Amino acid sequence: MSEALVVLMVLLPLLLAGMLLLAPGGWRQRMGLSATLLSVAPLPPLLWSVWHSGVVEVALGGWQPPLGIALRADGLALLLLTLTALIALPLGLHAGPWFRAHATVGGRGGEWFWPLWLFLWSSLNLLFLAADLFNAYVGLELGGLAAVALVALGGGRDALQAALRYLLLALFASMLYLLGVALLYGAGGTLDLALLGGRLESGVASRAALVLITLGLSLKGALVPFHFWLPPAHATAPAPVSALLSALVVKAPLVLLLRIWFELFVPLGFGAAGEVLTLLGVVAILWGSLQALRQQRIKPLVAWSTVAQLGYLFLVFAIATGLAWSATLLHLTAHALAKAALFLAAGNIVLALGDDRLSSLRGASHGMPLTFFTVGLAGVSLMGLPPSGGFVAKWLLLQAALEQGRWLPVVAILAGSLLAAAYLFPLLRHALTGTLKPTGESAGRSLPLRLELPPLLLALLALLLGVLASWPLALLKPAMPVVLS
Amino acid sequence: MSSALWFSLVGAALVAIALYGVFAEHHPLRRLIALNMMASGVFLVLIGLARQLPGRVPDPVPHAMVLTGIVVAVSATAFALALLRRLSRVQQEEG
Repeated sequence: MSEALVVLMVLLPLLLAGMLLLAPGGWRQRMGLSATLLSVAPLPPLLWSVWHSGVVEVALGGWQPPLGIALRADGLALLLLTLTALIALPLGLHAGPWFRAHATVGGRGGEWFWPLWLFLWSSLNLLFLAADLFNAYVGLELGGLAAVALVALGGGRDALQAALRYLLLALFASMLYLLGVALLYGAGGTLDLALLGGRLESGVASRAALVLITLGLSLKGALVPFHFWLPPAHATAPAPVSALLSALVVKAPLVLLLRIWFELFVPLGFGAAGEVLTLLGVVAILWGSLQALRQQRIKPLVAWSTVAQLGYLFLVFAIATGLAWSATLLHLTAHALAKAALFLAAGNIVLALGDDRLSSLRGASHGMPLTFFTVGLAGVSLMGLPPSGGFVAKWLLLQAALEQGRWLPVVAILAGSLLAAAYLFPLLRHALTGTLKPTGESAGRSLPLRLELPPLLLALLALLLGVLASWPLALLKPAMPVVLS
Repeated sequence: MSSALWFSLVGAALVAIALYGVFAEHHPLRRLIALNMMASGVFLVLIGLARQLPGRVPDPVPHAMVLTGIVVAVSATAFALALLRRLSRVQQEEG
């Protein structure tokens, strides 16, 4: 029973995507939300089953690994499936009205958003559930293609250019990853992550695989200095797409890297190489925050903040304790919720003002108080103030770094929070002071609740995560890699 | 030299040439061609892995990986070409 549920998590969005793709024009937008709701359906019973009776493994078609394709639903996979679903529902509520409103000001793309989003969802779920390295590659690649198509939805020159750049980079990164996987297969004779762990030996091939896989996945995960493609892609995409990209798409390769690193590379004795990743993570926190501080436009500011917040996820590689691992995944969850809220709210603001300069925010909070309340709440989690999910995650990460006497991450976490306050503050300062200066035709248009509530819901979830942090932590505990527990 | 090693070496050489192309070329079309070459190199390495000692059945798993990889690479290339065409049309319209 629960095996069927695991398969449905991947198959259902895929089938619905195919159906929406073939459906006549108007149906795509009308059925999009229902398809999103339907795709969540297998999750609650699966969550129940994994919570109570542990990991569910499926060998598709009865073919056992190494020849067959296996899916493994452990606590980590379930956390990410749940996170994706929690973002999917508010996003589904928001996307329809947003694209309709967007179309009235000449925007395009609403019709194709739904099938592409479902394709993306299916491949993300596949990646989270993949038990072998090659299946993960397929998920990575298909998710990349769907994400690129979503970036291109805007249709303008900037959007197409950003999409093409993103696609070439994604292809390059996947090839590096695949070459690494090939080398691991040559050395260990299997692709199954769990089986491979016992079969690998420290040698030239596994060393080269470490470099290739880490490089490929950090390129896709936009670790500084490989972040150059992220701000244009995330800033030019339509708002619901930006939210998906920043919240989920960049996280997926990082989750894969975390799995491979702590299940294969650390047991092989390559853990010391994690120092480099952590150092780059520290640079990402500082550089991304400073760049966010310099931005004059709303969406690029939010996109640079993603570069900075992704840096925290790389601190675990040098700290390398169970606490740091859990804290990292909690931070990933908190950031995904808060950043999805912030991008949707930013999309609302740009839609209402017809302009995305920070200076045009002056007095804008009068027209859309809920949206600016959302910006504030999401900001609380991004800065890491209590009682938000961001706070608990950063607090645990800080504790893990102090326990190991790692001062550089400690400094980076504290500085990153201060800088986040500094770059998020202008969003609110401009909005709360002064009176609205009409700058365009649509300036000062008030927003319907259908647009204002979904981001608020996401921001509240980010806040709630701080109070309910023990749930995801309990879910993660049995999934912790052996070297860390 | 065994043919498996030969395949892997040629694959590695292709990847190396392709890497030069990815970094040295700036036109997206040329980069796309370089990426395709890189894919061929990776596939050759995989085929090299599948060749085993004479008299034994070759390992089917790398073959399956190569086939899947080719499908993915072809669709990604088609998509990139479509994007490129649309981009050049938009650029022409804008002058």
